[in-house]
Parts: sequence; C-alpha cells; structure tokens
Amino acid sequence: MTDLVTLIVIFTLAMFVGFEVITKVPPTLHTPLMSGSNAISGITIIGAMLVAGMGATRVATVFGVIAVVFAMINVVGGYVVTDRMLRMFKKKPEGEG
Amino acid sequence: MTALIQLVYLLAAVLFIVGLKRLAHPATAQQGNLISAVGMLLAIGATLLDRQILSFRLIALGVVVGSAVGLWMARVVKMTAMPQMVGLLNGLGGGASLLVAAGEWHRLVQAGVRLPANIAVTIYASTLIGAVTLSGSVIAAAKLQELVSGRPILFRGQHVINLLLVLAVLGIGSYLTFGPDHPALFIALNAIALLLGVLLVIPIGGADMPVVICLLNSYSGLAAASTGFVIGNHGLIITGALVGASGIILTQIMCKAMNRSLANVLFGGFGSAAAAGGPDARTMALAARGVREVTAEDAAVLLGYARGVIIVPGYGLAVSQAQHQVRELADLLEKRGVSVKYAIHAVAGRMPGHMNVLLAEANVPYDKLFDMDQINPEFERTDVALVIGANDVVNPAARNNATSPLYGMPILDVDRAANVIVLKRSMNPGFAGVENELFYGSKTAMLFGDAKKSLTRLIAEVKTV
Repeated sequence: MTDLVTLIVIFTLAMFVGFEVITKVPPTLHTPLMSGSNAISGITIIGAMLVAGMGATRVATVFGVIAVVFAMINVVGGYVVTDRMLRMFKKKPEGEG
Repeated sequence: MTALIQLVYLLAAVLFIVGLKRLAHPATAQQGNLISAVGMLLAIGATLLDRQILSFRLIALGVVVGSAVGLWMARVVKMTAMPQMVGLLNGLGGGASLLVAAGEWHRLVQAGVRLPANIAVTIYASTLIGAVTLSGSVIAAAKLQELVSGRPILFRGQHVINLLLVLAVLGIGSYLTFGPDHPALFIALNAIALLLGVLLVIPIGGADMPVVICLLNSYSGLAAASTGFVIGNHGLIITGALVGASGIILTQIMCKAMNRSLANVLFGGFGSAAAAGGPDARTMALAARGVREVTAEDAAVLLGYARGVIIVPGYGLAVSQAQHQVRELADLLEKRGVSVKYAIHAVAGRMPGHMNVLLAEANVPYDKLFDMDQINPEFERTDVALVIGANDVVNPAARNNATSPLYGMPILDVDRAANVIVLKRSMNPGFAGVENELFYGSKTAMLFGDAKKSLTRLIAEVKTV
C-alpha cells in the first residue's frame, strides 16, 4: 500500500507543477498548448510497449500492439501538428506575405 | 539498469516541463515543442532497454504504423479542423490507456495472480478513465466534423440514466476490487464506461465544445497518469498529471469566458430548443424593426475612410476558411493608413486559441491580436467594428437583458463602436438560439453571404475606393 501512496504523492505534486507552468501560457498559444500537451500524454506509449513486448498472453499482446499504434499516433500526430502551428506563430520579417 | 531507466523517465518528465514553460512565448514555443519531443524520444528509447520486453517485432510494427498515421494526419489536417484533430488525439490517448490496463489485467489474471486491491483499483480506474476519454472524444470529434448533429441531443431521463450508469460502474468496480476476479464483469465495466463517455458528450452543443475539448484533454492526461499507476511508473504519473493540470486550467478559463459553471456546461443542454424557448416579446419587437443591409461598395467606403477598424472573428470565419481574405483586407486598409486590430474572445471558435491559429496561418502578426480585456475599452474610440461570423460573443443582451440565457457572459463591446458591419451568412440566431439585438441596432449594417465571398467582394471594392 505504501507504494500506491508514494505514487499518489508524486501525482499530486506534479499537478501543482502543471498548474504553475501552464497558467503562464498566453491565450494566443492555447491551441498549440493543447495539441502539444496532448502529444505529451502519448507517454502511455511506455506502458503500451511493455504490454506489447512482454509476450504474456495473446490477448494482452494484441491489446498492447493496438495501444502502441494509438499512442504513437498521439505522439507523432501531436508533435508534428504542434510544430506546424508554432512555425506560423514565429514572427515574420516585415513585408513578407 | 532499472534505476537508469527510471532516471531517464525523470529526465523526460523534466524536458516536458521545460518544453511547456517555453511554450509560454511565441518566440520560444517551437523550440519548447522540440525539447518536449526529445523527452518523448528518450522515454521511448529507455523503455526499449527494459528487460521485461522479450520481442521487439510487434512493437516495431505498432510504432511504424502509428507514426505513419500520425504524420499523415498532422500533415493533411486543415487549421480550421484543429478542434476535431485535437479531439481525436485525446481519444487515442485514452484508448491506449484503456488497452494497456486491459492487457495488464489479462496478463495478471491469466497468470493466476489474485489481484491485490491496490493494483486492482488502479487497473479499474485506468480502464474507466481511458474508456470515457476514448468514446467521449470520438463523439466530440464527430460533432465538430458535423458527422453527428452539433446541437445538444437530449432525451427524457438522461440524468437519471447517467447517474445509474455511474453507480453501476462504481458498484462493479468495488466488487471486482475486493471480490473475486470476473472476466464478464470486467468487460461489462468497460462497456458501461464507453457508453458513459458517449452519453456525457451528446447533450453538449457546438459552441460549448471548447469546454469539452479542454476537459477531454485533461482526461487524456489523467488516463496517462492512471497507466502510470497501473505499471508503477513515476515518469508516466508526472507527465500525465502535467497534461491533466493543463486541461483543467483551460477548462476553467473557457467556463469563465462564458460565465457558466462546468456543471451547467456538462448537464445544462444549453442551446437546445427547450433551453432557448420560443421568441419572446422583445425579440419579436426587434425582428419587426428589421435589419439594415449594406452593399459591399458602401461597406468598403466605410472601412476605407475609417481611422481605426477592429476585426472580430468568430466560428463563421473558420467555417468559410476566410482567414487569408481577412488578412488581405487588413493589409489593404493598413496601406490606406487605417489602424487595424483584432479582438479575440476566449470562446470564439471551437477550441481555445482557435482564432489565433487561423490568423497566424494567414500571417497576421500576433501582436495585433487582443483579448477581451485589452480591446474592450477601445471600441468606443473605434470607427468601424467588423464582425466576421461571430454572434453570441458580441450580443449586448449578455450585458443588458437579464432574461437572456447569455446574460452575464463577458462579451466584446462591439456595439460601442461608431459603426458596426456584420458579415453573416443569414439571420439564423447563433448557437445559443438567442436573437442578437446588435444586428438590429441603428449603427449596425449587415452584409449577408458566406464570409469568404463577402470579404473577397470587400477587398475588390476597397481597391477602388
């Protein structure tokens, strides 16, 4: 049970870090913030890879592989689309169309 | 080795935090996103070193397929469709968490392990959050893509059914946690959770979508964190919590911008025929007064000889994808010495920052975009406010009509400008189903038609002024 408690402690403190960091993002960047943080939530890929690669049961493996696909779409799609957006936000030199 | 892997996960989490911090300014944001991506790469690399992994073939397959699909989606998606894209990505994150938890459950149960309560509870929580995120996001994306009606879908006894389902989930969850493992019940738990995700999102209407997308964004983070609980991984928990916090903050900002509570957004059925009611006496009187239509020629003269113009974009701009025309018109006006600014309401569009992204795509410098508090004092000194496909966020009823469903919502004070030109497709009321007295005001001129076509006409006319 102490294990679970440690995890809850980590989770709670990380939430506060999140609040502190995110509050400073201006409204202009809220869409890239969402897609960027979304890519980060693809960190589930770690769990997916473990379940897919452990070779435990057939069902678990299939679930794991699908989870890898989902999480990877989340990661790659999220980062690439965020980058696409943020490139547009970079200040353009005057006169450029 | 395990300690090293765990430390790499910590490093990845730190890179995510640094990356998010850099996202706070347009100049450093792109770099921040890259830093965060490096963190992800490190985390994936470290996982491959884990000795629990016996076969890499299937993992490689999943990574290649997922990357290809993700890359394709990110490349082809239009900036106007960004809310659907983010919605769908949220759902996939949730789906991954659901599958990881279910796979882990199957592995443990098949191995004959009697799940201790502390592990069982994390698995059930993870499948629950994952399933609600998955089905809720799919419905939200379908609504945004107009595959499903954007209007709230309500039926009798909706709240009762939702409550019963929540109770069923809690009941089955606790039974499974403390009682014997039971595959059929586990499947039932997941099915109910998926159904719950659908039922929670269908009663929410189009203009409330920014709130739902934010909330689902938060869920996708919490789902990742819950996966961390299942596999006992600190990196996942920290990272998931960051995203969860981000979604919660954005949800709060959106609710505040509409002056509504989260509960009201989720359960209010706002904008349905029932909520809007029939036209009241005031509205009838307004409609009798009629609106003043203006030709593109006259509107162009008004704009061309103004000293200052404030452009107020809304969802209509996104629908007709007119962001480039807006920029072209603004350029023409600025060449004539007209000062042009943009007023962005927090809930304009279908997700936070939606208008900003569209205008950024059209190369509008971000320092010309102002949020409500900055721009509102300027309207009374402005010659022309040009409203493009915005409705509820400029409805003065929010300020002066206590019986309006919009009453109390902070709005852009467009009606205080000397002249108002409204580009609008038709006289259909906005999402909230509320008539907008701005359109009937003596200073207001309506230019009907698709925003892109109207703007193209305006551009041609301004050139000849």
